[in-house]
Amino acid sequence: MKYLSEYRDPELARQYLAEIKKTVTRPWSIMEVCGGQTHSLVKNGIIAMLPQEITMIHGPGCPVCVTPLHLIDKAVHLALEKGVVLCSFGDMLRVPGSEKSLLEAKAAGADVRILYSPLEAVNIAAENPDKEVVFFAVGFETTAPANALSVVDAARRGLKNYSILASHVLVPPAIEAIMEDVDSHIDGFLAAGHVCTIMGTFEYYPLVERFKVPIVVTGFEPLDILQGILMVVRQLEQGRAEVENQYARIVREEGNPEAQKTIYEVFEVTDRLWRGMEIIPMSGYRVKDKYAAYDATQKFRINLVEAEENPACLAGEIMKGIKKPFECPEFGKTCKPTNPLGAPMVSSEGACAAYFHYSGLVEG
Amino acid sequence: MSNKTSKMQLQCPMPKLDFDVITLGHGSGGVLTNKLLDSGVFDLLKNPVLDERHDGATLNLNGRMAFSTDSFLVSPLFFPGGNIGELAVNGTVNDLAMCGATPRYLSLSFIIEEGLPMTEFWDILVSIKNACTRAGVTVVTGDTKVVEKGKGDKIFINTSGIGEIHPKANISTRNIKAGDKIIISGQVAAHGMAIMSVREGLEFEAQIESDTTNLNPTVIGLIAEFGEHLHLVTDPTRGGVATVLKEIALAAGVGIEIAHNNIPVAGPVANACELLGLDPLYVANEGVFISFVAAAFAEDYLAALQQTPDGQHARIMGEAVNDHPGQVILESAIGGKRAIGMLPGEQLPRIC
Repeated sequence: MKYLSEYRDPELARQYLAEIKKTVTRPWSIMEVCGGQTHSLVKNGIIAMLPQEITMIHGPGCPVCVTPLHLIDKAVHLALEKGVVLCSFGDMLRVPGSEKSLLEAKAAGADVRILYSPLEAVNIAAENPDKEVVFFAVGFETTAPANALSVVDAARRGLKNYSILASHVLVPPAIEAIMEDVDSHIDGFLAAGHVCTIMGTFEYYPLVERFKVPIVVTGFEPLDILQGILMVVRQLEQGRAEVENQYARIVREEGNPEAQKTIYEVFEVTDRLWRGMEIIPMSGYRVKDKYAAYDATQKFRINLVEAEENPACLAGEIMKGIKKPFECPEFGKTCKPTNPLGAPMVSSEGACAAYFHYSGLVEG
Repeated sequence: MSNKTSKMQLQCPMPKLDFDVITLGHGSGGVLTNKLLDSGVFDLLKNPVLDERHDGATLNLNGRMAFSTDSFLVSPLFFPGGNIGELAVNGTVNDLAMCGATPRYLSLSFIIEEGLPMTEFWDILVSIKNACTRAGVTVVTGDTKVVEKGKGDKIFINTSGIGEIHPKANISTRNIKAGDKIIISGQVAAHGMAIMSVREGLEFEAQIESDTTNLNPTVIGLIAEFGEHLHLVTDPTRGGVATVLKEIALAAGVGIEIAHNNIPVAGPVANACELLGLDPLYVANEGVFISFVAAAFAEDYLAALQQTPDGQHARIMGEAVNDHPGQVILESAIGGKRAIGMLPGEQLPRIC
């Protein structure tokens, strides 16, 4: 725990907070892009420790939250109707589809398994040659290399019964969409450290250039986040708009070229619908035609009517930072983690669930 | 000689060796059930009440009694630090201890999925027997049912227990007052992470063992010494420390404040939680209890607890307060504050 505990030091946290207070002179809205950062902000009680001039806005960086409804319906359909072994990261299971979540599909008899790595799913496919195994490949750039690697691995092993249901989304186009939205007023960004570990920082220079907004690549421990906030505030107060790297102990300018190579071996960039938002151009990955046999959407040719989102859910406005979760009339009333109306209430990284959970509201 | 023996077995097999696994017949109530009980259960758990072999147990009870029941299902049946058998005894024994009671009598019921290897059933029985001996409790009644393959998960065990409440015990959420110190008896989250590490096939450098144990001697010892100054003891099993504290805050109508840095977690357990994205406050425990103690006696209580084998890592982790009734506020590692709630459904690992 050494490398974690030193980023949770209360004395250093106090010093950063004092420095932020000293630096800030007027109100600023800062968006933390990544759900992991939202989680850390609320878990560590950072929001209430910040000077009131600073408003943290929780961005769209919860992969579970932005996975479109129709893809969840597809996953449920594959698991229930096609009899596949549906493998997924854990927090995807509770996300409501239009009729069922994967957890409910499991209760109805579907073979749904929680995994920590897509490579485990490839092993399941190898061990069960008579069954189709599908991995629900969600996530940002962070999980893309491992998901791509699972396809490469399955192909290398000659497995015909493995495929992925890909729903990858990309951070830079989301920041662009948020900045282009006239209703959102974000002064600075904490960019997602783990995404940049893979992709590097170079993608953010054009955004800084175009929107004149500071972007600080930031880690996830409390001291990382406090330092990231301080760096954004310093830029704002000094009238600068630059890409800075708080998470330099892990993130390099060029990212991880090997991981990028694996991503581009399997995936290509495509337009992507973000749940609660809209189709953002060139904001996701799809499986290349070369690997079509491993693309569950092509392999199973599922024809489902695309269901409508619950109109009561304000997911889009929440994830663009236009509204706070508690400004939603359904928040904590009809919409709770055990009965989420929409995506941000589902994962503990989702803005609404994080607010609900850590505000100590009671279910029931 | 050996040839002769095996030949004899083939010609005239010993009935109890007929089966390597539990079959539906073992739950029929007929010959096989009786053979199973005769060849193992009754001998192993032998005591005068059970030896009556009647429809139920006849008991002589006096004074204040506590009564508790719990069902046990765990996969895998055998996990680092224990198995479902001792868990089933310790679980109910501990629930009685949390009522301030010394366990006396236990009921023991099995629902077995056909196909369970006899050797595993035997190992579980022996473990039950040993746990009962340690707790000084006797099994006085029980039941065995067998379900078809696929209709269960190897074995489910239910135990119910009756215990005599210690004369000095006065344990109730109603006794909790603002100012009470909240003491955690040991390192949290070991049981849940031990199960998860084997269930998920995750191999950590250090093996994490379940903390399942009989807490009765420790708790009863503390009740004898501190009596009415001990307002509440409770064991944070499923749902973990966070869920239990939230339930208490709501039931007692007090606020609760705890500090992250005062909640002991063993290094390997903390690492495993970090790795899997789980919060140790929501992970199950089987050998830890939380005490609410009158403030004036808290230091002495802590010192006494730390002298026991179950309490070496005991800490004062927080206190009950008048502010924010019904809310549990956690001071984070860096000093920030947040409210904590109950576990919503199953704790699901996060993506990243």
